Amino acid sequence: MADLQRPVTLVEEGPAIGGLMAQLDKTFPTNDCAMCILSPRMLEVARHPLIEILTLTRLTNLSGEAGDFTAHLSRRPRYVDVDKCSGCGECTRVCPARLPDPYNLGLSRAKAIHVPFPQAVPQAAYLEPEACRVFRGKPCEACLKVCPAGAIDLHQTEEVLVRRVGAVILAPGSRPFDARGKAEYGYGRYPNVVTSPEFERLLSATGPCAGHVRRPSDGTEPRRIAWIQCVGSRDASLGREYCSYVCCMYAAKQAIIAREHDPRVEPTIFFIDFRAQGKGFDRYYERARETHGVRFLRSMVSRVTQDPRTHNLEITYVGEDGDLHTEEFDLVVLSVGLGPHPAAAKLAEVCGIETDKYGFVKHPPFQMVSTSREGIFTCGAYQSPKDISETAGQASAAAAAAAALLAEAQTGLLPKAEYPPEREVSQEEPRLGVFICHCGINIAGVVDVVAVTDYARTLPHVVHAEHYTFACATDSLDKMRAVIEEQQLNRVVVASCSPRTHEPLFQENLRKSGLNKYLLEMANIRDQDSWVHQNNPAGATEKAKELVKMAAARAAELEPLKEFPVPVTQSALVVGNGLAALTAALTIADAGYQVHLAALEDRVAFGGLARKQHYSLEGHQYRPYIEHLAARAEGHPRIRWWPNSRVTSFSGYVGNFRSTLEYPGESRELRYGVAIIATGGVEYQPREYLYGRHPRVLTQMELENRLTTEPEIVAESPTFVMIQCVGSRSPEHPYCSRVCCGEAIKNALKIKELNPEAKVFILYRDIRTYGLKEIYYKKARDAGVRFIRYEPEQPPEVEPAGEALAVSVFDQNLKAFIALEADYLVLSAAIRPHPLSSEIARIFKLPFDRDGFFMEAHLKLRPLDFAASGLFLCGLAHGPKYVEESIAQAQGAAARALGILAQKQMVVGGRVARVDPKHCVACLTCIRTCPFGVPRVNQTEGVVEIDPAACQGCGSCASACPRKAIEVLHSRDRQIISKICAIELEEMAAS
Amino acid sequence: MSYLPKILAFVCTYCAYTAADMAGSARMQYPESVRIVQYLCTGRIDLLHILKAFEAGADAVLVGG
Repeated sequence: MADLQRPVTLVEEGPAIGGLMAQLDKTFPTNDCAMCILSPRMLEVARHPLIEILTLTRLTNLSGEAGDFTAHLSRRPRYVDVDKCSGCGECTRVCPARLPDPYNLGLSRAKAIHVPFPQAVPQAAYLEPEACRVFRGKPCEACLKVCPAGAIDLHQTEEVLVRRVGAVILAPGSRPFDARGKAEYGYGRYPNVVTSPEFERLLSATGPCAGHVRRPSDGTEPRRIAWIQCVGSRDASLGREYCSYVCCMYAAKQAIIAREHDPRVEPTIFFIDFRAQGKGFDRYYERARETHGVRFLRSMVSRVTQDPRTHNLEITYVGEDGDLHTEEFDLVVLSVGLGPHPAAAKLAEVCGIETDKYGFVKHPPFQMVSTSREGIFTCGAYQSPKDISETAGQASAAAAAAAALLAEAQTGLLPKAEYPPEREVSQEEPRLGVFICHCGINIAGVVDVVAVTDYARTLPHVVHAEHYTFACATDSLDKMRAVIEEQQLNRVVVASCSPRTHEPLFQENLRKSGLNKYLLEMANIRDQDSWVHQNNPAGATEKAKELVKMAAARAAELEPLKEFPVPVTQSALVVGNGLAALTAALTIADAGYQVHLAALEDRVAFGGLARKQHYSLEGHQYRPYIEHLAARAEGHPRIRWWPNSRVTSFSGYVGNFRSTLEYPGESRELRYGVAIIATGGVEYQPREYLYGRHPRVLTQMELENRLTTEPEIVAESPTFVMIQCVGSRSPEHPYCSRVCCGEAIKNALKIKELNPEAKVFILYRDIRTYGLKEIYYKKARDAGVRFIRYEPEQPPEVEPAGEALAVSVFDQNLKAFIALEADYLVLSAAIRPHPLSSEIARIFKLPFDRDGFFMEAHLKLRPLDFAASGLFLCGLAHGPKYVEESIAQAQGAAARALGILAQKQMVVGGRVARVDPKHCVACLTCIRTCPFGVPRVNQTEGVVEIDPAACQGCGSCASACPRKAIEVLHSRDRQIISKICAIELEEMAAS
Repeated sequence: MSYLPKILAFVCTYCAYTAADMAGSARMQYPESVRIVQYLCTGRIDLLHILKAFEAGADAVLVGG
């Protein structure tokens, strides 16, 4: 939202942003560290000039209407001034009061005043009054006395804040099920029964046992670990009939990670259906089973009991054979489901929006991010249970929807800092200034800063050195600028805390004094020196000297870098003609930008695969919706539609792309700033089960069409047999097509609605009606639809039997062959990428995943971006998904694209790779090495070019280049080597 | 004093450098003979840098990313 140049107020109930993800150890299906991908995003939010973060705050009243709301907010006292607190942790050190640490879900203890977790944003302590001695009437001022910043204020009171806003996005997230509600599993009574979020903390390096899993009862290492699935999900007795989407996958992930930590672990997962419906999930599931030795046990668990002597646990379950078994484990993890956050009910009431009986937000048909009230949008697990990538995609969609509403409103005025013109210093001899920070007593309490300052004065090129109590304080920054001017410094070293948090601040200060921001170097003498060598002040001081020497050596080699603005072509290219393409085009056009819609097919094919269907599982009609969108697109003044066109060339970089568009009889050059690839998908045409050879064998889409156009086919109560996973989850196509279970159930319910006497059998492997779609699975069972499970090793067999078909299947639940006479055999055929997508991939040089769908930049946090900047993807081109999911994804991709278009010009350059064309022999090593696919061969010159707008600056190419023809600016070899070679205090080593 | 090897840690800003900062927040203690060199990404580490480190007197190089 802020990237769309809209000011944002981010309201958070807790003391820090980040939500549930901040407590996760790893994320599926890539096993990326959750914090590693979340933390940079949180810092980005913290630094964004258009984002105001309000923690410990609730929305208490919302009046007005879409475009002009007045929000009343109530902020609980934090007892710490966020602007003053540096997160140094002194208060925590001296605080005598403890409480169960909420971040570790009570598995460890924290002090009454502490920073919520190491990467917390805001990076500031908060005080929990219930645990604090002062608030319990006891004398204590320990924290007040030590706080070097004077940030603690015990007199803070609840505050009421008012903000006028145009739109509201609700994202309160979810809360895991309280496992005490399932008493038969013993949670809360048996110490070694833990919940999955607790196990996540046990696995985490920042958790209560530093990542080395131990049993709560006795601290021993558990070997036999069991996961029980669907705790608080798919459970009518608890009033929670829905599926929580993520539990199957996170259980598999936890099992894999637990085994990686300790190969002696024997993981067992007790499950009903394994739901691996997302992109790359099925491969992960197979890997868990085949490579990591995770035992998956299809079963119904009836209870968990404890051996009072050993605290081991016995699980009683009904196995696949229908018999009762018991098995002993050292640790039991309950895979708890997700429900709306407890604060959400109040939020819905305040906002006046409708929710379903579980508390999830109701949305108008096909508009997943809208609510029943105009101007209020939603995203994430509050909409329905979902995983991180779906959440991230939906968040962009909500931003797009809100941006469309506010298109007419004035954009936020970025506080524009005025900088003096940059001094030209590249011809000057280096003149270094070294500024050393006490950080109160954080550094000065251990390191002798005076000695370090004196030492700094002796270093080559250093003309000035001094020390400040707080280098980041405004008065210190003012002094620093004055010194830079007086002494005509042209390089600056700041020795203080971590550049991760403070580099932007000091860079800004350089700019204000007329220096290029790349002329700064920091030495981290707090986090990586005084804090970690507290018991050795002399050693820490020597190390500080050396770190300053290393920084100074590098600083002398630094050079000013140019970041240059390039104008952005204010239009978008959208490739495709399905619902995703239409939605993306309309979202961008509605926001005020020109769109070229390069449709692969003719006008009648508008709507893509959705046009071949009639109604959704939820009972909504597709056609009127598609026609409405198509009419809007055709009549839209800012959409130029090119039917039957082909994109035949592609060049340029983000903000300035060029393509040739060929369409019948003509070709045309297009210029655009961003492109969205929405080429869609097709239904697989099966070769199995007599398809195409017997008239009564249909695909689900064909059946849907027949049921709509000739409903009389069910009049004589025929028998329908449906076979799932046709062309999916096979050795050749090891992915799940996600929608087939829902589609089969949708058509089965339709048949039952038309004629309850008709018989429907669904032959399945796992029913994957994730999230709220599970309700329809239950409905189908209640309506008499029969579900028969088969194993891929024993697939159904089909023979023609006159007009009908004879189907034989081995029922895995009954352990017996069943013979069915089918009047219609319906195949749930896979979703495949559009045949034209490979052509598009070749032109735009875009990567595929192993199943032929386009590959996004990052599965979790950049699900809608290609790695190459300025290109985005959505819909079936990305992977199989339901229509409403494609729509939400298209809105999200449009928002990502709008983030670029909203900038009139982009700043590129800085720390990027540069190729020396004189040395480059186009050996292609860099092209193979670059993880982002940036280097390209310039055919005319015979050399490689690296687009500064697309380069991420990682430097892989520079290290790999056998001719040393590539250098990464700000990380040039001599800049790094000068630093490395400064490690000896005695003398400068030759470089 | 017992021998303390001089270790140069070449680390990625986004993970290992952050981890080193976290070790600081948690006040974990380790020998002060460790020097951390921040890279934007460990992809930038060149064999040359490692050799230069040994030449300059490092006893070991740790790559964290």
